[in-house]
Amino acid sequence: MYAIYKRELKSYFSSAIGFVIVTAFVFFGSLFFALDNIMNDTSNMSSLFSSLVLIYVFIIPVLTMKTFSEEKRQKTDQALLTSPVSLGGIVMGKFLAALTVYAIGLSCTAVFGIILASCASVEPWVIVGNIVGLLLVGAALIAIGIFISNITESQVIAAIAGIFIMLLLFLIENISALIPVQFIQDVIKSISISARYTNFALGIFNLADAFFYLSVAALFVFFTVRMLEKRRWS
Amino acid sequence: MIEVSHLTKRYGDKYAVNDISFSVKEGEILGFLGPNGAGKSTTMNMLTGYLSSNEGSVKIAGIDILEDPSAAKKHIGYLPEQPPLYMDMTVKEYLNFMYELKGCKLKRDAHLAEICDLVKITNVYNRVIKNLSKGYKQRVGLAQALVGNPDVLILDEPTVGLDPKQIIEIRSLIKHLGKKHTVILSSHILPEVQSVCERVIIINSGKLVADDTEINLSNSLAQQHRIVARIAGPEETVLRAISGISGVKQVLQLGTKEPDSFDFQIEAEQGTDIRRSLFNVLCDRKWPVLALDSGEMTLEDIFLKLTSDDSTNMRKNRVKVKTGRKNYESIIDGTNPWAAAAEKTKKEDEE
Repeated sequence: MYAIYKRELKSYFSSAIGFVIVTAFVFFGSLFFALDNIMNDTSNMSSLFSSLVLIYVFIIPVLTMKTFSEEKRQKTDQALLTSPVSLGGIVMGKFLAALTVYAIGLSCTAVFGIILASCASVEPWVIVGNIVGLLLVGAALIAIGIFISNITESQVIAAIAGIFIMLLLFLIENISALIPVQFIQDVIKSISISARYTNFALGIFNLADAFFYLSVAALFVFFTVRMLEKRRWS
Repeated sequence: MIEVSHLTKRYGDKYAVNDISFSVKEGEILGFLGPNGAGKSTTMNMLTGYLSSNEGSVKIAGIDILEDPSAAKKHIGYLPEQPPLYMDMTVKEYLNFMYELKGCKLKRDAHLAEICDLVKITNVYNRVIKNLSKGYKQRVGLAQALVGNPDVLILDEPTVGLDPKQIIEIRSLIKHLGKKHTVILSSHILPEVQSVCERVIIINSGKLVADDTEINLSNSLAQQHRIVARIAGPEETVLRAISGISGVKQVLQLGTKEPDSFDFQIEAEQGTDIRRSLFNVLCDRKWPVLALDSGEMTLEDIFLKLTSDDSTNMRKNRVKVKTGRKNYESIIDGTNPWAAAAEKTKKEDEE
């Protein structure tokens, strides 16, 4: 697993993709930081973090698009699948590598917190909670992205399908308003990525929310393993 | 070393591989022969655990590939049809990655240097794989299979797309590797199998149609007496003259392939050599012989015969044919084992 993790991480930064993604993280983070905090003269970073979630919906599919699709297209998956590494190890290696790149990009928000702390009083735990929250959201979205990448052989399809599905999960709360049945609304709300994030943005660490993101991540990692397994049998 | 029994792979109701059984002893080089789409790659993918079989089992060094995949895969070095290369890595990075991926315990630098030396890629060790020529990519693929010194090497068409010099190099390399490893080599190129392998397996449409050693093959081939002669002389007269030679069983006219001459296929009775009497007869009449070829069946002929439409008939008739030496002999005798077997079942059905 470690070999795959290392190779994936290296491949992100030996091509432009890793740098582009980190740049996008920093650029949009700085933009929202300037708009939300500096222009408004506030040390409350909640709205910055909420906006970032939407940006990640677009960036994460790009991060995960080639994880499996490219392997299949180049037939390098044959080397992975015939090596003495378990399927779970292969998927986890890729998952953790993508999560690492994501965490590097995310770390810029900590810098914003330090900048604010130097000129105003901030609530440090709100910032920490938000960063942890974003990490969890990222883990869930990355797992979904890897799963989608495993379905197709085309990076482009993986990216577009990923953006479509993640955006849908992000906006699903608004869509649920169209359905008059309360029960269905509740169900939809409970799987909405943005609704779950509200608590984190406000600095409330709700275990149920954390658990939700973690289980989505675990579920899709599991699905990806099963997909790999299934392909061998079909 | 490798134990394959009743291996079957279905896609829907189509059989890609149908009930294949064979075993490979330690240190043997096995040629896996078949036309395109015969199921060679599918079989190899199942041997290496890339695909799962619907029925049957594969045992590598006594370990079932589906029951304990990690342990079994440690014994295998696999070069798929398209080498699994990461184009954005250098040869060095790639081989180091494979080294770690396989959890290799040998001394890294010495081991990788040895492999590079063996497949002659030391001079491109620091280059990006994307920029290498096809031949070098193929060698890097082979190097990858050798990482970890696996007992079993499975090579899927290792010489495809190489130039003649490289082909010869790779072949001699495989022969060299066969001294230390058990090798399975797939190909649709017959001379390759003839020059490299000790034993040949032929499959067609997913079925095993022959399993025999090369020596057995050539022995059976030597037993038959068939001559193709190109003779400059009047066709009908020559035909009559040749037919008159004692020991000649049958003469076939093959038509004109060179101006003012005719080709004949002469079949002699078992155990007789008609070449001398043929020469005497033609010499008496002053008919020059322009070409004389022992029309012996080559592996190519057998291959074509085994993989021709007859085998499709065989499948349709659901005839189980025993493989082995018998097949060759009956083919060489001129009788078709499948046609005969098919007839037999037909009769049985009618009864």
